[in-house]
Amino acid sequence: MKRKKLVNYSKYGYLFAIPFLVAFLIFTFYPIMYTLLIAFTNQQGIIPPKKIEILKDPFSCFKYLFKKRGATGKMSYFLASLINTSKIWIINFIPQLTLALLLAAWFTDNRVKVKGQGFYKVVFYLPNIITAATIAILFRTLFGYPAGYPINDMLIKLGIFKKAFYFLDNGMASRGIVEFIQCWQWYGSTMITLIAAVIGINPEIFEAAEIDGAGRWRKFWNITIPSVRPIMLFTLVTSMIGGLSMFDIPLLFGEGKEKLGLQTIAIYIYQTALKDPYMYNRAAAASIMLFLIIMVISVFLFWLLRDKDAAKMAKLKKQEMKRAKALGRGV
Amino acid sequence: MASNDVVMRSKTRSDIAFKTVIYIVCTILALLSLFPFIVMLVNATRSTPQIQSTAVTLIPGGSLMKNIKLLGEKETFKPLVGMKNSFIISVSVTVLNIYFSCLTAYAIHAYDWKLKKAFFSLIIGIMCLPGTVTMIGFYRTCYQLHLTDNKLMLILPAIAAPMTVFFMKQYLEGTLSMDIVESARIDGASEFRTFNSIVLPIMKPAMATQAIFSFVGSWNNYFLPMILFNKPKNYTMPIMVACLNEDIYKTEFGCIYLGLSMTALPLIIIYLCLSKYIVSGIALGSVKG
Repeated sequence: MKRKKLVNYSKYGYLFAIPFLVAFLIFTFYPIMYTLLIAFTNQQGIIPPKKIEILKDPFSCFKYLFKKRGATGKMSYFLASLINTSKIWIINFIPQLTLALLLAAWFTDNRVKVKGQGFYKVVFYLPNIITAATIAILFRTLFGYPAGYPINDMLIKLGIFKKAFYFLDNGMASRGIVEFIQCWQWYGSTMITLIAAVIGINPEIFEAAEIDGAGRWRKFWNITIPSVRPIMLFTLVTSMIGGLSMFDIPLLFGEGKEKLGLQTIAIYIYQTALKDPYMYNRAAAASIMLFLIIMVISVFLFWLLRDKDAAKMAKLKKQEMKRAKALGRGV
Repeated sequence: MASNDVVMRSKTRSDIAFKTVIYIVCTILALLSLFPFIVMLVNATRSTPQIQSTAVTLIPGGSLMKNIKLLGEKETFKPLVGMKNSFIISVSVTVLNIYFSCLTAYAIHAYDWKLKKAFFSLIIGIMCLPGTVTMIGFYRTCYQLHLTDNKLMLILPAIAAPMTVFFMKQYLEGTLSMDIVESARIDGASEFRTFNSIVLPIMKPAMATQAIFSFVGSWNNYFLPMILFNKPKNYTMPIMVACLNEDIYKTEFGCIYLGLSMTALPLIIIYLCLSKYIVSGIALGSVKG
């Protein structure tokens, strides 16, 4: 027994982590580094120049991202896409979280037991499981123009509209629909997450509040919301990162049209690199900017997920060391 | 007593009102979730003139066969090819993703090694890195090495799936006691065998939920396959769906709905069969995080 314990197992830790590490280095690390390199080079055009060189002004691609559009004085495409993406994400996330919170509170209410919860959960989550590409084209068809498309057909038959409305040619309308789709696809997922969080709250806290005469609203504001705040933050951060890489729905629903405000960052990168101008270097610079934004948000996520006990222990240890050092110096 | 009774009654009355509001809102939301799919499925069975005269109805038409035939005649949308490709890729991705995530999580959970902390920090750090960020470098590399249109380029990256590793590690912490591993060691099992024959079976429930999400995620992925694959014979399901946006389908309403149904129906059926695991899986994954 004793001899067995002397065996050093730590090498297996390295061994078992190798496949992950190798795949990470090849498929994530190297591509990011290469993207960074491309951003400083002359790689552009449908057949990029044979001799790849660093540009005379290495940062010109990055500068271009923020430079105003020609003589019109309009904001650069990159900045506009950043704003579009943020707008779509925020307008989808606020109602999504509100709805999810409300439903989570309702489904966990201890006085009113909602029947058929299982059914509702399954149905609310359904849109999330379906391919986003399918959803985008389905909605494109639902909101089609002029005749024979469901939404226009219904609105005219109900007498709400006099004639068909061209949703897909109107920025406000098509952005609104994309925001709706995002919210509609994700509130179920957020709701289920929040329900689990609410169930995790110690029921005694609710009981104590009830004895003190707290109503539903007070309990919701003073107990539920503060208790699920960490989970809400986690949802916020992951949703934000997902939102920043939004691609399928704005592209397939509205062709990612710039004039409709549907050109998101991911679409900008895609269209810059793989459509007409083939500006790989500019697209690479945009990718690096996106990477930096996501890293900043990830640091926050990292802080959220940090091992709190371990962090506390490390802090205590540090303090002890300091104290010991101070003592040593004092004596 | 009497006043207490009144309070009780008014409370139950407000409860009933409250409950009514809940059911009304939930029913509206449920209808909203189902409406697009119902329209899609019903219209898949109707002919284009029928759809043009009334676009929304609950009564199926009799043109399903005709629509199937019409759709089969078109050049681009080939659901069977798409399904085959998506299936090959998604199954391979799921297997690699689950197996290597378990292995990596086990490496972090069961062994003490110097760089473990740094490694785990890396995993959390890259957990949410979207494919958008690496796409340009990845695409250019594949292009220069003539590896576009190679399915392996979509499958192999699944070996490093930080989200799954994170989940698996959380799961291991809650379920695996090192005593079992110790006793296997005393019995003389090698470390690799211990992992395969003792640790993996313990992780089955976590593997099942993660496998569902991994499969669906890979099946629904549009961005990377669309960029990497140029040959129609390699198109995955989402790329096939995107073909329905093309002009040749513009006038064939029934065909569009049928095509969409063909891509959505398998997922809807799988979802309804596995919904219990999926719904509990979402909660499990996030609460643990």
